[in-house]
Amino acid sequence: MAENTVQTTGHTWDETLQEYNNPLPNWWIYGLYVTILFAIVYWIIYPSWPVGKSHLRGISTVTYLNAEGQSETHGWNTRAKLLKEMQDANALQKPYFDKIAAMPAAQVVKDPELNSFVLSAGKALFSENCAACHQAGGQGKIGFYPNLADDDWKYGGSVGEIEATLVGGRRGYMPAFGEVLEKSQIEAIAHYVLGLSGHAVDKAKATEGNTLFHSNTGACYYCHGEDAKGRKAFGAPNLTDKIWQWANVPVATDLNGKVTAVQKVVMGGLNKGVMPAWGGENARLNPGQIKLLSIYVHELGGGK
Amino acid sequence: MFKKFTHETIESNAGWLIVLTMFAISVGGLVEIAPLFLHDDTLEKVDGVRPYSPLEQRGRDIYIREGCYTCHSQMIRPFRDEQLRYGHYSLAAESKYDHPFQWGSKRTGPDLARVGGKYSNEWHTQHLLQPKSVVSESVMPNYPWLMGPLDASDVADRMRALRTTGVPYSLTQTEFDQNVKQFGEEHARMFHIPDAQVNLVAQAQAGNYDGDNRSVSEMDALVAYLQVLGTMVDFSKVKPEDLVKFR
Ligand code: HEC
Ligand code: HEC
Ligand code: HEC
Repeated sequence: MAENTVQTTGHTWDETLQEYNNPLPNWWIYGLYVTILFAIVYWIIYPSWPVGKSHLRGISTVTYLNAEGQSETHGWNTRAKLLKEMQDANALQKPYFDKIAAMPAAQVVKDPELNSFVLSAGKALFSENCAACHQAGGQGKIGFYPNLADDDWKYGGSVGEIEATLVGGRRGYMPAFGEVLEKSQIEAIAHYVLGLSGHAVDKAKATEGNTLFHSNTGACYYCHGEDAKGRKAFGAPNLTDKIWQWANVPVATDLNGKVTAVQKVVMGGLNKGVMPAWGGENARLNPGQIKLLSIYVHELGGGK
Repeated sequence: MFKKFTHETIESNAGWLIVLTMFAISVGGLVEIAPLFLHDDTLEKVDGVRPYSPLEQRGRDIYIREGCYTCHSQMIRPFRDEQLRYGHYSLAAESKYDHPFQWGSKRTGPDLARVGGKYSNEWHTQHLLQPKSVVSESVMPNYPWLMGPLDASDVADRMRALRTTGVPYSLTQTEFDQNVKQFGEEHARMFHIPDAQVNLVAQAQAGNYDGDNRSVSEMDALVAYLQVLGTMVDFSKVKPEDLVKFR
């Protein structure tokens, strides 16, 4: 074995087994000391050790505004830092939100700077809060959630009406007619309803359906209107267009299928269209955000 | 008589090695965790935090049984991006009745600490049955069996077990009266163990969470639980600086 200059630790096991003592390089050792020093400085600046019933707060501070709007300074902690960051960011956005709150929507969209703010902030808010139901582009989902990108509105498509929808939430209700009307009557009504949007239907049945629709037995006209074009007060949709939320008419390939789809809705009624409320107490969105989102939804394509 | 206690003593004595290794690795816990049980500034003093009702508690058990925590955290950290997305950061006080808490750190899906009230019951039911039917790009699995009946027969036992960990479910009249004082009568009734099963069924019937009122399903319980998450504290009544100064 070649001559070895490295010392051993001095322990000997099993008669001959020894361990070399290779000292760590100096740069490493000094590196260690520096990190220890760093830790001590860190303990002085930031909150660190538990002491008694509390902990050391450190000497670093954060200055933020309190609920009364006065400047206040507290020892550094993540909550203080967050509060300050939120306030700084809000201060940067405030001029935009103030302008949007003060202006009519039509004017907001004409101002290129405000409009691009609405589009980018609106997209973020929409993705987080609305897309799970109305889908990323607002296109909705037949059988579940209405399309917000078309020009068919149950509760109205002006910015003000959309805003009212957001603040208070909505819940569409249509009674079930399965036990009120005969099967044949419901079939007749379905023919009439499909005829309204230009489907080639059985004329005789549609005529009977027309009568029922406007009679007090069916009473459809009461919510959907004499002209079946919908009434906002009830959130009852326009039945004369080709846009469907609940009755999956577009998917059915023949008249039979389409009639069945409408029949199903009329028989079972509707009570599951729940749009949560976003305003009011403990609200997820503040009034500024709601107005911005309303303009954004209005701009998705079908605003009125 | 005493041999000098040296490095060699430790290396050549398995007993010492085990004891001192255990000590070394528990230093972190002793310094970072143990003091929190003694500190005054661990649990924020906020109003509204209450134990779960029997139905919500069963929903929570199902949440754990299904392993929802493997993809979802319930801990909004105090960062701007998280606050903007999920809402107010989580407080320690908000999970004081959680045994075990569901903070977690794995986020395949979004944080759920404040999902309560964000969606409708109808959405949750549809989403749990078939997530892709409402969020087409979702990788969350389907849970079709949740529409099956909920076994509510042991809910009182479960509450009794939680009571031993310090959750103030009541067994006696004195405890009930104490709860009335702390949480109000309506809630105190919910926390009374002898009435647990009746209360569970009543809440499921009244809430009709899964849209089917004929029976109490596991879906009723899970949605009731999801809808209460993060809603107990009314943050419009909490001054942000009070939470800052608390730490
Ligand atoms: C839990 C699912 C859900 C979420 C989340 C949701 N909506 Fe809705 N929304 C609905 C449903 C369901 C309706 C239809 C209500 C009805 O049938 O009466 C609706 C209706 C609407 C309408 C009225 C459409 C019309 O035809 O008049 C607007 C506008 C709207 N939502 C916008 C939004 C915006 C903006 C957001 C995000 C802040 C949002 N929704 C979040 C489910 C949801
Ligand atoms: C109490 C008011 C009310 C009455 C009465 C009523 N409806 Fe409705 N109807 C509604 C509402 C509200 C909706 C939308 C529900 C929703 O979106 O949540 C609706 C939806 C529909 C739809 C689904 C449209 C779609 O987009 O898929 C059809 C079809 C329909 N009604 C037909 C009828 C017929 C036929 C009658 C009479 C037999 C009738 N309704 C009576 C309120 C009413
Ligand atoms: C494989 C991982 C995975 C598991 C397990 C899982 N989820 Fe999810 N979850 C996701 C993903 C990804 C999303 C986001 C897409 C979506 O909304 O479906 C999500 C979304 C959600 C949301 C909507 C959150 C929001 O703010 O939009 C809820 C509520 C939810 N999950 C509940 C549950 C429950 C309850 C369970 C257990 C029964 C569960 N998840 C199990 C991955 C998972």
